[in-house]
Amino acid sequence: MSTPLEHDYIGLAETSSMERSSEKLSSSSSSSIPSIEDKTSKTANDTCLNLKETELRLGLPGSQSPERKLSLFGQDLETNDKSNGFAGSPLKNLVSGAKRGFSDAIDGSNGKWVFAMNGKSDVELAKGAALASPRVGLDSKTNSQQAKTSVSVMKEVVGVPQSPKPVQDKNNLVPPVNDHAIAPASKAQVVGWPPIRSFRKNSMASNLAKNSDEGAGCLYVKVSMDGAPYLRKVDLKTYNNYMEFSSALEKMFSCFTIGQCNSSGLPARDGLSESRLMDLLHGSEYVLTYEDKDGDWMLVGDVPWEMFTDSCRRLRIMKGSEAIGLAPRAMEKCKNQN
Amino acid sequence: MESSELKRSKDSVNSCESARRSSFPDEVLERVLSLLKSHRDRSSVSLVCKDWYNAERWSRTHVFIGNCYSVSPEIVARRFPRIRSVTLKGKPRFSDFNLVPENWGADIHAWLVVFAAKYPFLEELRLKRMAISDESLEFLAVSFPNFKALSLLSCDGFSTNGLAAIATHCKNLTELDIQENGIDDIGGSWLSCFPESFTTLEVLNFANLTSDINFDALEKLVGRCKSMKVLKLNRSVSLEQLQRLLVNAPQLAELGTGLFSQELTIREYEELESALSNCKNMHTLSGLWDATGIYLTALYLACTHLTFLNLSYAALQSVELAKLLAHCPQLKRLWVLDTVEDKGLEAVGLNCPLLEELRVFPADPFDDEIVHGVTEAGFVAVSFGCPRLHYVLYFCRQMTNAAVATIVQNCPDFTHFRLCIMNPGQPDYLTNEPMDEAFGAVVRTCTKLQRLSVSGLLTDLTFEYIGRYAKNLETLSVAFAGRSDWGMQCVLGGCPKLRKLEIRDCPFGNAALLSGLEKYESMRSLWMSACNVTMNGCRLLAREMPRLNVEARGGMPRHLSLLSEMLGTRQTENH
Repeated sequence: MSTPLEHDYIGLAETSSMERSSEKLSSSSSSSIPSIEDKTSKTANDTCLNLKETELRLGLPGSQSPERKLSLFGQDLETNDKSNGFAGSPLKNLVSGAKRGFSDAIDGSNGKWVFAMNGKSDVELAKGAALASPRVGLDSKTNSQQAKTSVSVMKEVVGVPQSPKPVQDKNNLVPPVNDHAIAPASKAQVVGWPPIRSFRKNSMASNLAKNSDEGAGCLYVKVSMDGAPYLRKVDLKTYNNYMEFSSALEKMFSCFTIGQCNSSGLPARDGLSESRLMDLLHGSEYVLTYEDKDGDWMLVGDVPWEMFTDSCRRLRIMKGSEAIGLAPRAMEKCKNQN
Repeated sequence: MESSELKRSKDSVNSCESARRSSFPDEVLERVLSLLKSHRDRSSVSLVCKDWYNAERWSRTHVFIGNCYSVSPEIVARRFPRIRSVTLKGKPRFSDFNLVPENWGADIHAWLVVFAAKYPFLEELRLKRMAISDESLEFLAVSFPNFKALSLLSCDGFSTNGLAAIATHCKNLTELDIQENGIDDIGGSWLSCFPESFTTLEVLNFANLTSDINFDALEKLVGRCKSMKVLKLNRSVSLEQLQRLLVNAPQLAELGTGLFSQELTIREYEELESALSNCKNMHTLSGLWDATGIYLTALYLACTHLTFLNLSYAALQSVELAKLLAHCPQLKRLWVLDTVEDKGLEAVGLNCPLLEELRVFPADPFDDEIVHGVTEAGFVAVSFGCPRLHYVLYFCRQMTNAAVATIVQNCPDFTHFRLCIMNPGQPDYLTNEPMDEAFGAVVRTCTKLQRLSVSGLLTDLTFEYIGRYAKNLETLSVAFAGRSDWGMQCVLGGCPKLRKLEIRDCPFGNAALLSGLEKYESMRSLWMSACNVTMNGCRLLAREMPRLNVEARGGMPRHLSLLSEMLGTRQTENH
């Protein structure tokens, strides 16, 4: 049985024991790669995967699922074991028959693909931990000027039929790949979908800001509320601070909030909204968030009012339960008030 | 070029005997073959016999490499000694949508180094989805004294400094075409790097850049490049500036405006209108950022001979579009945003009988709270009015099987059918059935179909249809579709001309992957991500096909990205 032979056509790779010259294209070498065999035997069957390990779950950006060991196909990577004769990162073995130059296939500095966020070592692949920022699908590299931004490519979490637990979190997509699954109930933010190139997306993004009916002295943005059947539009320029803004929102959306609205003049902190907005919406566990120019979802109230109106593209009153990672303090307050 | 001369006479000696048999002297054959432009024809020619192979390789001046990892630059240089123009494509298409990690590869530099040694008279370089650094651009600029044309589409890794190097050193530059790249836009001083004596530029496209450019330098450049035919500005160029440029360049055939919205006096408006209509050769118009109704009227007189109108950066309403299209009777290609809605598309059907290509982009692709945009009705309306339609890219939020059947009945000549129903896995919204019959109708009716992108809720039946009927299909894009391995197996077992297959988020696994072994020999590339392929499956594939370039990455055994790159064009190796 011929074993895959790794070639380096382009000659780009640094010295590596696995390189061959591009002249030996057609010759199939009989040299085996025993280490692969070893690994293979350990991970004999795909079916005897640890289901828990393959379970798809969410984590906050920068976090790491506590129960997960960092492992790859059942192999513990943390030991960084080189005794199998690997020249370098175990990743190299996975690139079977890599005709691309090694340094192409394995990013020397990062060595990682999907989970590039934590700045951890090469060999760590946080298996299955989909490190999500809420706006996964919107390509947070919206700034085309930062061509070299380190990528946090989110591996989309697919609701594979046989997975034991369906993905709960709305921020990962659950596309129906068979007819038993229903269409996702809420917005599915999927990486790279719809398939539109970055330049166009960025151009549209700035169009969106403009098309918020921005004339002289108008800044209309859409406000949506989870569970409400229609949206509203507000002109941010008509308010001078967060307080005015929040009372206007309260009036607009009071019919949708469940639970009592306590509008009896709770003391508001200077300029700061967060508690005020939480107060007005308390009991219904809503959090007010906005999408900024970069496409990121932010909690309303952190920045000065002018900065907020400058960068706010649209607003969303979201259920507190979905604001995990975005408003931990809000969640606590919410619980405290109940 | 001594070594190649020696080699050549050696070839002659070797083919001396066959020369006696053949009726053509080599020189005549070469002369004839030099008239062949299509690289596919040339590939066929090269397979006829050794003589023809040699004649072809000596007469080829342009080489197209669809997959930069399928062959090494050394091999290319050895086979084709007289190349003046190179087209190279690198990363898989899904890298445009951030599905490929950064620093994946496809770096041009190693190629440039070889080219500098073997093709010092290189004139043209066209790159798509390659990584190119400023250093490489500078190296390019200084290594090839005859360099004429640089085109970068969807590339990344460089900044405007690289462009400055090109402008500074390439004395014979005729084309600088920078499209939709991941460019680090530091500033517009690169334009000033073109020397005062430089007059040869014919194509200048910097629409991709976002920063302000030095308008003064641009105006002078355009003024002295009298052969300029293509000028595509970026957003920072105002209407008033546009008018000044046009006055000096009425010969333009393709114009990409800058921002098409500005407070103008009546006089300024009239000047603009006049400058635009003076471009009698203009057949392509794009840019038009933020164009609104008032200023579109300035275009009316200029649109009489327009064949390609790109409004995909102008959020027009239906009425505005209708009024504009009334002035564009010759239109063959139209790109719009879905803000024009179905009514706008009805106007397309009414006003553009010669239309061959339509692309409808979503203005707000991630906002599905409110339903707007275009529906199946718009597409159907266009199909009734534009029987010559053969290329469509359509983003919508709802579609029905019946509508698609009607569409292809009206327009059976589709070569490119790319339908994107934006909600993954969405069924026919009227019947709630899968969209299988829609694509079945497409492949049955459109026998010339070369490229197909499917979407919506799809079972394996779609792929049965595709495998059975899509005899000319070369490129297939699949996302969130299918039920089992059988679907992919159907495609790999049918579709005799399949070259590129890209699949994401589908339940296709190892059995499907491994069913295509024969097929992969004739394909350029296969992409699978977020499917059910495992690492073992990839290993098996690599083992079974040692000449196949298989790359697999992933964090989860069940969800691997497999990128397999074929040792494509067989004729570019082993010689």
